[in-house]
Amino acid sequence: MPPKRKNDTAIKVEDVGMDVDAVLDSGSEEEARRRTKNRRIKPQRKAKQVSDDEEEEEEDEAPKKRGRKKKPKPQDSDEDDEEDKRSVKSKGSKVSRKKAQKDDSDEESEEDRGKRKKGGAVSKKEKEEQNKDKKGNPKERRRDSKGGDKDKKKKNGKLSSSSSDSGESDEDSLSEGELAALKEQVEEKKKLIATLRNKPWRMKRRLVLLKEAQEFVEKFEGALGKGRGRKLYAFKVMMTKKFIKFKRDFENFKTACIPWERKIKEVESHFGSSVASYFIFLRWMYGVNLVLFGLMFGLVVLPEVLMGLPYGSIPRKTVPREEQDSAMDFSVLFDFGGYCKYSILFYGYYNNSPTIGVLKFRLPLSYLLVGVGIFGYSLMVVVRMMARNANEGGDGADEGEFTFSWKMFTSWDYLIGNPETADNKYASITTSFKESIVDEQENQKDENIHLRRFLRVLANLMILCCLGGSGYLIYYAVKRSQEFSKMDPDDLSWLQKNEVEIVMSLLGLVCPPLFETIAELEKYHPRIALKWQLGRIFALFLGNLYTFLFALFDEVTAKLESEKIIKNATEWGLNEYYANYSSFYNTTNVPPPNVDPADVVRGPCWETAVGIEFVKLTVSDIQVTYLTILIGDFLRAVTVRFLNYCWCWDLEAGFPSYAEFDISGNVLGLIFNQGMIWMGAFYAPGLVGLNVLRLLTSMYYQCWAVMACNVPHERVFKASRSNNFYMGLLLLVLFLSLLPVVYTIMTLSPSFDCGPFSGQDKMYDVVMETIEKDLPAFIGNIFTYATNPGLIMPAVLLMVLALYYLNTTSKGYQQANLDLKKKMQMARDEEKNRRNNKDSTNQVMKDLEDLLPNKSLVPPPTEEEPPPPDVVTEKGSKSPKTKPGSATKGVNLQKEVSLAASNPRGPVTRAPGPRGGPPGNTRGPQPGPGRGRGAPPRK
Amino acid sequence: MGNKQTTFTDEQLEAYQDCTFFTRKEILRLHSRYRELAPHLVPLDYTNNPDIRVPLTLIVTMPELKENPFRDRIVETFSEDGQGNLTFNDFVDMFSALCETSPRELKTIYAFKIYDYNRDNFICKEDLEKTLNKLTKGELTPEEVALVCDKAIEEADLDADNKLSFADFENMISKAPDFLSNFHVRI
Repeated sequence: MPPKRKNDTAIKVEDVGMDVDAVLDSGSEEEARRRTKNRRIKPQRKAKQVSDDEEEEEEDEAPKKRGRKKKPKPQDSDEDDEEDKRSVKSKGSKVSRKKAQKDDSDEESEEDRGKRKKGGAVSKKEKEEQNKDKKGNPKERRRDSKGGDKDKKKKNGKLSSSSSDSGESDEDSLSEGELAALKEQVEEKKKLIATLRNKPWRMKRRLVLLKEAQEFVEKFEGALGKGRGRKLYAFKVMMTKKFIKFKRDFENFKTACIPWERKIKEVESHFGSSVASYFIFLRWMYGVNLVLFGLMFGLVVLPEVLMGLPYGSIPRKTVPREEQDSAMDFSVLFDFGGYCKYSILFYGYYNNSPTIGVLKFRLPLSYLLVGVGIFGYSLMVVVRMMARNANEGGDGADEGEFTFSWKMFTSWDYLIGNPETADNKYASITTSFKESIVDEQENQKDENIHLRRFLRVLANLMILCCLGGSGYLIYYAVKRSQEFSKMDPDDLSWLQKNEVEIVMSLLGLVCPPLFETIAELEKYHPRIALKWQLGRIFALFLGNLYTFLFALFDEVTAKLESEKIIKNATEWGLNEYYANYSSFYNTTNVPPPNVDPADVVRGPCWETAVGIEFVKLTVSDIQVTYLTILIGDFLRAVTVRFLNYCWCWDLEAGFPSYAEFDISGNVLGLIFNQGMIWMGAFYAPGLVGLNVLRLLTSMYYQCWAVMACNVPHERVFKASRSNNFYMGLLLLVLFLSLLPVVYTIMTLSPSFDCGPFSGQDKMYDVVMETIEKDLPAFIGNIFTYATNPGLIMPAVLLMVLALYYLNTTSKGYQQANLDLKKKMQMARDEEKNRRNNKDSTNQVMKDLEDLLPNKSLVPPPTEEEPPPPDVVTEKGSKSPKTKPGSATKGVNLQKEVSLAASNPRGPVTRAPGPRGGPPGNTRGPQPGPGRGRGAPPRK
Repeated sequence: MGNKQTTFTDEQLEAYQDCTFFTRKEILRLHSRYRELAPHLVPLDYTNNPDIRVPLTLIVTMPELKENPFRDRIVETFSEDGQGNLTFNDFVDMFSALCETSPRELKTIYAFKIYDYNRDNFICKEDLEKTLNKLTKGELTPEEVALVCDKAIEEADLDADNKLSFADFENMISKAPDFLSNFHVRI
């Protein structure tokens, strides 16, 4: 049948094409021909009116059918194909036919239309009746419709040949409805083109369909709209096409710009997706930092370099006289003293003149806004990423629900392309299966629970001690370094100068393995153990960082004190100078004191000091990380590799072996490094640039290291779940690093003689100043109103309310979700029970189901015995779940089932009784409608 | 394009981009990869859509598939003749379905087809056993295999017909946390 149909449809398509072409090139000389043809057709048409209408109804069904059919059904994909084409084409033909009709009706009088309407009504009625009978017998119906289609096509063959001629001049008579229909079709085609790649079809078929759809769209798009509207439409269409092309090119360009794709792929194939996830994270981080760097560099550093005063012009941009001798020494530069300290890398270098250069660039304002904007941007990016990750993950079924199936179908990592990794993966999958089997067999082994609890408490105690100890150690080191800093820098060794950084890095190096060893005591499941481990390392880092910060604050307050004294002394000196000058020369016109910028007395500039601390911390972190890789991974690998030839045991398989790539440690290190950047960026604009460099080198270095000296994990842990975990940590770190910065901006007063905010009482005064002085008055007014407590309080209240509301709704959704899950579980259990317990009748029921729809039309012969009526009634009246043996349970189950509410098979299981009405049938509804509600027959 | 000889016309490239998740560059790279497999067989010029098939034995030597326990099934699934001989269209199709950007629904469909060894549109016990044996390289005892298969069916089978229909499979996969990250191949 299909090929024949195809032939028909092919003809049709041509018709449609002709039709359209004709519409496009309208000619008046065709008019006459059209009339004659119409006259010829008229009788024909009248005869076929009824059937035509009927067809139309049929065709209305077509899209639905098609929608149903679009579901992937591999076995009949070819047929599917045909079906698709058919319905599409028949639609096209419909349009043409409609046009013809319209034409006719224009020519003919009202009465004919009335007649037709009547005919339509009649046929509709008929149809309804037929439907009632036919419903639930799709096959037969389809056959009918196919037959009808064929008939119709034959008619259409003639009809459309006429309409192709007749339709040309009635461009104007294309009614709104038809236009809309055509438009809809075109839209549909476009949608098909857009979603074609998501369809599980063969490429060949996709290409063919694409071509067809494109041709269709091309043809009909022009037919839409008329007159000027048409031109506009054509223009619009062209523009959308151009836009799509542009978008695609842009997309191409964008993917071409994503760096390290090959590198990551290589790592991925060797180590699986979990290690690669670290590198992807690193790359993402690099992108974020690049943007931060762009902001900082473009809006702060570059303007100051280009338009600001040059080095040596004012005191803050000059190395003081006493430091000048050693300002170029490597050791000094390495500690970011000397020329480094008085460079654009740090806060102190920036001038406080409100505008710089010919462009009147407001550097102080820009500095503040960029400092805050960095946080804003980071926050946005992290949250967006988290949202995207949340969408990607599965919708989180309960852990235990699909243990085996998930292991079976999703545990193999398709990215693996390295034999060694593959072997490891095989082994790990096998072990995990075995573990699950053991778990399943003896669900809960009762060991000595008390001992384990004791051990866990002990382990936690020890870790707490470690954390406390490390915190104290850092505090002590910072205090000591403050004492050292009061002494003469020449007396101090390098060790003493960098004590804090070394202590912090060492703690970061030693503590995590220590924690891991202690965690052995706890005997947690590895996944839980990993979470604990991450949490502990996180606590350690955080504790260290905050201890460091608090110690730093002590230092800052001390500096502020000393600054006050210096400030007073300077002011006193200046006053003295002015007084002396005016009394000496007896003039009020006093020139400023002629002092070399290097000799001016200056304050300690605490902001720069803080910035230096952060930069040093970052640098030492880089050093430690790189050295660890070099020694811990590379040297170890080299030793193991070459000493293995002359050693008494197998080094490669035995004790030292090669290192594994420590994903969690590396990710956490990256996160904390980022936290330091966020905190320090405000005081050291150069820090962001430094970090970009670090990430860049780290990408290459670590890629090399991991490929050269690491071995794949023996126990591969899952990356996808932890992805958002890392992002959550990043968000937390962002908040925690936001706090101190915002605190200093809002409360501490800036140094009087360095930085863009010098001379102001508070840093944010810059904003106030700008609003007052440079913006129109009404904006200032708006700001005053907006910062009014009377307005802020309601706003906060509103937010709290919104929060509460959202929280409540989300809880409601959660509840609903849970209920649905429960229902599904119930339905499933019930189904299962039914199947398991009534296995004997199962086959019969199935057959009956299949036979059900035919009943009203043809009484089919049954080979099998009809089921005993009493069983049937029981099933009809009660839940099918009821076991014969467990009558007592039945009541209970009944309730559950009603809760479950949807037993889709309920109506179907009512026995139809092949011959003669069985008792079940009399009380049940007609099988026809019931069939409609039930699931399609299982086959 | 850079090459002196054009491999595809612009039109073809556009069509491929419409039908797959690849960019132009990736399609060209795919072609070169495809050509690498059988240089004497595959022409450089693809503008007239030559009907050339590369046999399964060559396809599975690709590093992307070499270690995959289901490589034969994957290739078979995507081949039009079911024997594993891939035309370039099938080849592109395969990597498009397996690439990172293809949606979960599409991947689910193909995963189902891959795991359905006997192509009866159900994943039944034999399919599961085969899958499991490939996954573990036959390290599990027959009893263990039977147990695991039973458990898997019990877990995922919603309509209790002792085999997994596509609906069952979809339901199970849609909740799996690792499916998307694991079921993709980068080319």
